[in-house]
Amino acid sequence: MSDLNKTDNMTSQVMKEILSGGLLRTVIAIVLGFLVGAIFMIGSNKEFVESLAYIFARPGDAFSAAAAVVGDGYGALFKGSIYNFDADTFEKAIRPLTETLRLGAPLIAAGLGIGLTFRVGLFNIGGTGQLIFGMIFATYVATRVELPMVLHMVVALIAGIVGAALLGALVGFLKARTGAHEVILTIMMNYIALYFFTFLMRNPDLLQESRATGNPKADAAAETALFPKLLGDSYSLHWGLIFALIAVVVFWWLMERSTIGFRLRMVGFNPDAARAAGINVEKTYILAMALSAGFVGVAAANQSLGVAVGVTPSAHANIGFDAITVALLGGSSGPGILLAGLLFGAFKAGSPSMQVIGVSPEVLGIVQGAIVLFIAAPPLIRAIFRLPKPQTTNALGEMRRRIFVKGGAK
Amino acid sequence: MKLELCGITKRFGALVANDAIDLVIEPGEIHALLGENGAGKSTLMNVLYGLYTADEGHIELDGVKQNFSGPGDAMAAGIGMVHQHFMLIPVFTVAENVALGHEPTKALGIMDLATARKNVIEISDRFGFNVDPDALIEDLPVGVQQRVEIIKALSRDAKVLVLDEPTAVLTPQETDELMEIMRQLAKSGTSIVFITHKLREVKAVADRITVIRLGKVVGTAQPDASTSELASLMVGREVMLTVDKKLATPGKVVLEVDHVSVLDDRLQKAVNDVSFQVHEGEILALAGVQGNGQTELAEFLLGLRKPWGKEGKSSLNGKEITNATVRQSLDSGLGFIPEDRKTDGLVSEFSIAENLMLNSSYKSRFTKGLNINFAARKKIANELIEEFDVRTPSAETPASKLSGGNQQKVVVARELSREIKLLIASQPTRGVDVGSIEFIHERIIAERDAGKAVVLISTELDEVLALADRIAVMYRGKIVGVVGPTTSREDLGKLMAGVTA
Repeated sequence: MSDLNKTDNMTSQVMKEILSGGLLRTVIAIVLGFLVGAIFMIGSNKEFVESLAYIFARPGDAFSAAAAVVGDGYGALFKGSIYNFDADTFEKAIRPLTETLRLGAPLIAAGLGIGLTFRVGLFNIGGTGQLIFGMIFATYVATRVELPMVLHMVVALIAGIVGAALLGALVGFLKARTGAHEVILTIMMNYIALYFFTFLMRNPDLLQESRATGNPKADAAAETALFPKLLGDSYSLHWGLIFALIAVVVFWWLMERSTIGFRLRMVGFNPDAARAAGINVEKTYILAMALSAGFVGVAAANQSLGVAVGVTPSAHANIGFDAITVALLGGSSGPGILLAGLLFGAFKAGSPSMQVIGVSPEVLGIVQGAIVLFIAAPPLIRAIFRLPKPQTTNALGEMRRRIFVKGGAK
Repeated sequence: MKLELCGITKRFGALVANDAIDLVIEPGEIHALLGENGAGKSTLMNVLYGLYTADEGHIELDGVKQNFSGPGDAMAAGIGMVHQHFMLIPVFTVAENVALGHEPTKALGIMDLATARKNVIEISDRFGFNVDPDALIEDLPVGVQQRVEIIKALSRDAKVLVLDEPTAVLTPQETDELMEIMRQLAKSGTSIVFITHKLREVKAVADRITVIRLGKVVGTAQPDASTSELASLMVGREVMLTVDKKLATPGKVVLEVDHVSVLDDRLQKAVNDVSFQVHEGEILALAGVQGNGQTELAEFLLGLRKPWGKEGKSSLNGKEITNATVRQSLDSGLGFIPEDRKTDGLVSEFSIAENLMLNSSYKSRFTKGLNINFAARKKIANELIEEFDVRTPSAETPASKLSGGNQQKVVVARELSREIKLLIASQPTRGVDVGSIEFIHERIIAERDAGKAVVLISTELDEVLALADRIAVMYRGKIVGVVGPTTSREDLGKLMAGVTA
């Protein structure tokens, strides 16, 4: 009897947490995001617009046109990102899923990095710059250094992490020393990193491919440095996924289990109390920025070492910015970021097949933006669905409070 | 305009912040509201300003009962308030700030800045404020910004002006100028409510003084009352709590502070050439009215503030800690109970268990390599919760969910469970319920009896007299006297008011 009560109690507790906390809101945000995307698809559909002309005579046409375009669009997204039932073999049918995993991996790793700074009360907008710095280091090692198999890859991966971490540490150092705001610093570093990278790729003595004719492009990574394929040569999925999963575990350990993460979180919640508890808050900011960028560096190595094609200035693939949305959607927790990264990876994998059937893939960008909008502005969702006010303050809530209530991240 | 507060009672849960307070402010009067922090002065004024609704009692203006549902109503009725933290927009000019909220406009809603400027100049000239209407707020010194706040209130026809701790942010010269302004305003018929805990200012400027303590009016006085009389009124006459304690048996010197000066945030010398010693098995109380350098001295001892100049030194058990970092101080055996537990003592989002390991996250019994030792933490947390009688559903409850007294017990438990040689307890029982006060006092005595050195920083005379073995009184950054625990309240009051024998 008492056991039953206990279970009952626990269930209601769990329900309460879901209702008041993040999970339900996250799911609602995703659903709403897809709805917004659907509206755009319908609005841009030729048949639907034409049927509007006689909507009062035959409203059915408009509805069926709308239903068809949404069904086709999201159907294509599913087929392009998870399972393609039109394929003749099972191997081909699950290829989209492997693409989702491949494209999600760097988003997960970089999302962990950005999420880490959220937990420390910082706002790292510099994912792109740090990613590029990591790519510079990883690409250099992969193209200009000769090392045996496996070792070469490991060294290149570490170089990518270290390169990114150095730029992150520099931002942390400037913040700690001069009080400059990390948002400004990281945004500016993005430009510096991007043009520095391009500059390096224009010079054959530095990173430029020997055969490239004036265009900024680096050599392809040496075969010894490439991430090995994970499921054989018929899939492009490579070890980047494994490294991203390792990063999730490391992140979880760091933030939830280790004393380092304890201090990081302490500084994030209450820097005054941290100072009085003997924590060097300035050094913690430097450490946090370095660690954050280090996770981004895993994504950098993924970009440099994942494919046997030389990188170009656009190889950062906007991962640094997408990572912010991944971290927000994932609530800055390891498992959350893993799922959010996979979702956005699926968007990336599925967008070509949407384009093929004539739905503009930009819809997915809108969905992505709308999801984060709904996540970041919880009062909006609460108002729409009359949800109760959340009871617990998590790191993300703290971040929101700073951004939306105080008028700026501290 | 005559303002009357009749039987105002305001409760926050179990805490009675204002207990049936009656207050009459005559027209053209400077009425000082004197009391320690947490006495209920600000709550009372927030009730007056319509920010809080009183649970009982009402407000009358010129005999007419008022019903304020917000600051807008209060302002319209002629009540102006200058908050301790200014409500000004730094990048706007003085005139723009004054106009803000009721901007004079011309046709098409174009702002009539000329009228706004004229307003500022007119008020400024009338009272000799000497404020440039076109200056940007951020370029003005704090004292002038405060005058802008006053102009703002006056431009809205305030007949009663409430100044909430107006001198807390001012330098001594600015304070004198403010008092001159207050006299001018009173002469022109404006009533002023002057909230403060500084006796000198009250005596200098007030026409009448009402002393509030623990939410109640404990007395009224004329400005010619002696400072010691006021001080003892303010900190209370009757002994509320007594603690049984044996005679102290002081041992060797643990803390030695030698000619230390410390600057505050405004770069004024808050601690001025202070020297003292604390021995094993002894409680030294640093008594004094708040704001006489105790906070800065405590922060210096912890390592949060660096000493000013070169000659100051401090040592703990013979080891110099003058320039030690906080972590070094903590590691060398210093326990610290901060005066404001919410900002400096706890991370309110963290659980009790996490708060208990707040300053032991490097190598300690809470850690195992780089890992948090969760099993040990849980065990220690449960033991400490039991030992220190923290009322909580579990060790995983966030600190923010606890009452003030239980939060403070968490801080005390954390500090006393570490291996310390010296305990610095700053206002250890501020905002804490009576039961918890008694418990915390007993624990502090127990520390002393176990041979630890204790520095108690308190503005509560009762607490000082109940616990101290020696009392050092601070006044304007200096220790003006070190006296025994049996010193009379009157003598202590004199010392606290800066009167040295």
